[in-house]
Amino acid sequence: MLTNHAKLMKFFMTSGEIIGRKKLQKMIYILKNCDIPFEEKFEFHFYGPYSEELTLRMEELCNLGFIAESKEKKSNYYQYRYTMTRAGEDFLNHSQVVLPPFEDKIDKMKDQSSRFLELVSTILYFKHLSKSEVEEKIQIVKKSSNYTATDIESAWQFIAELQGNEQVQA
Amino acid sequence: MAYKDEQLNEEKVFKDPVHRYVHVKDRVIWDLISAAEFQRLRRIKQLGTSYLTFHGAEHSRFNHSLGVYEIVRRILFNFEGREHWNKEQRLLCLCAALLHDLGHGPFSHSFEKVFKLDHEEFTRKIILGNTEVNHILQRVDKGFPQKVADVINKTYEDKLVISLISSQIDADRMDYLQRDAYFTGVSYGHFDMERILRVMRPLEDQVVIKSSGMHAVEDYIMSRYQMYWQVYFHPVSRSAEVILSKILHRAKDLYQQDYTFSLKPTHFLSFFTGDVSLEDYLRLDESIVLYYFQMWADEADPILSDLCVRFTNRKLFKYIEFNPNLQMEEWMELYSLFEKAGMDPEYYLVVDSSSDLPYDFYRPGEEGERLPIHLLMPNQELKELSRQSDIVESISGKKRTDHKLYFPMDFVEALPDDEPEKARIETLLGLSQEK
Repeated sequence: MLTNHAKLMKFFMTSGEIIGRKKLQKMIYILKNCDIPFEEKFEFHFYGPYSEELTLRMEELCNLGFIAESKEKKSNYYQYRYTMTRAGEDFLNHSQVVLPPFEDKIDKMKDQSSRFLELVSTILYFKHLSKSEVEEKIQIVKKSSNYTATDIESAWQFIAELQGNEQVQA
Repeated sequence: MAYKDEQLNEEKVFKDPVHRYVHVKDRVIWDLISAAEFQRLRRIKQLGTSYLTFHGAEHSRFNHSLGVYEIVRRILFNFEGREHWNKEQRLLCLCAALLHDLGHGPFSHSFEKVFKLDHEEFTRKIILGNTEVNHILQRVDKGFPQKVADVINKTYEDKLVISLISSQIDADRMDYLQRDAYFTGVSYGHFDMERILRVMRPLEDQVVIKSSGMHAVEDYIMSRYQMYWQVYFHPVSRSAEVILSKILHRAKDLYQQDYTFSLKPTHFLSFFTGDVSLEDYLRLDESIVLYYFQMWADEADPILSDLCVRFTNRKLFKYIEFNPNLQMEEWMELYSLFEKAGMDPEYYLVVDSSSDLPYDFYRPGEEGERLPIHLLMPNQELKELSRQSDIVESISGKKRTDHKLYFPMDFVEALPDDEPEKARIETLLGLSQEK
């Protein structure tokens, strides 16, 4: 029961507090691309890969009292923080869900900005293309984000580290 | 004259119950409508299993696709001559609008979940593969099929074009809300679309709404909210969806266990093995699926047979409201009781959540999460809708999730009264008081 909810709870048990919905979206997408079997469906949106299913599932976890959501006002928008509750821990204790280890990946991602993770997830979205085609695509779909060549190179490097490869294939 | 500019001698019209008429003058559009892959959409229902709840909801993705095309055609007519609008993009927009749902399969949502498919991927494959649609688009320009696929995939360079087909207030939603309301017969889902089209303004990378049109947009958001609860999340349709999904799981499981089907499931084989070609995908429509369900009703496997009889004859599961937080222990006990009573809980005790459905509400969200609806203020500033509208703000803050527990009431009732599990199952499901 609620296997996909339990997988997300496993994520929160490992990650601790997550600040920002955008960061959460990108982290789950990146983990999914590292073969962690999250089943939320993602589509490409204005700000890169986004899952409405994940948004709704998070809302369910909050309404069930498994995740605590707090909202803080920033200059022109709201930012959300998520943490696992005691009820969430109890739920997870009843769950049989097993996921491959991903602690090291979470540690790496938590240190990054959501803007950088947006770039990483966008690169992963176009993983079926060659490296040069991906970079060309980034310039098209992320025109307004003004990512520099250094940003893009760091993102490739980051992906290689996450996936445990020394070199990203061109 | 270049194919892309060719016009029909006389404008063709399709009578349409929602938009009155769908107008076609471009040769390319006319040819696309006649393509086999587009005609296939006549055999895919827009609302999947909802026809088992709302008997009128038999409309197809063909109807809807024509409707989305017509809305975009009207929007572009209003955009003519406006700043930021490049009329060279007109045919691209119309083709993307017409073809945006081309990859939907039979009972799309359940099929995608059970067989791990993605209809967007099949839309791309149809547009870029060796198909009639692709050959028509290629005649416009060699690179044109890729452009259409990019718009539908939301990776095209011009985000204004994308936002017409896919955003929080796009032609897709405006058509399906009105069309689904019309065919289900509900009184929700209506809003003043003409007014919204008149106040839409193109900006560099999105469509925005002139602030004077805010009340028309409020009406649209309200009808979206009501349609979700009254139609899309209807518990009876969800029951049918649960059974449909369990049929597909059962058939796949049996195939993997080398079960011998009375009727070889030829059309499903590649779905069971996870190797679906474009040709296989296009061959399987809802009439084929329903044929198999009728045949499987006579299968020797009691679970597959029972589920198919239920779906075909509308003998659906009953449900109770369920809170996984407060009722976890009860659920575990029920699971074990169902097993002991001979009802396989994997098929006959199902928790269904609102996030299992493919519909969304309007959410302003966080910055950089998802593009909201923007109002264009008189001073040319952009303001997010819920910051200006009390109605939208109040809807955005409502609890909108639920979980239901589905089970076959007839099986529970048929358990012998002296079977020790029966009384406890009835108590846990809250059925005892009803007697």
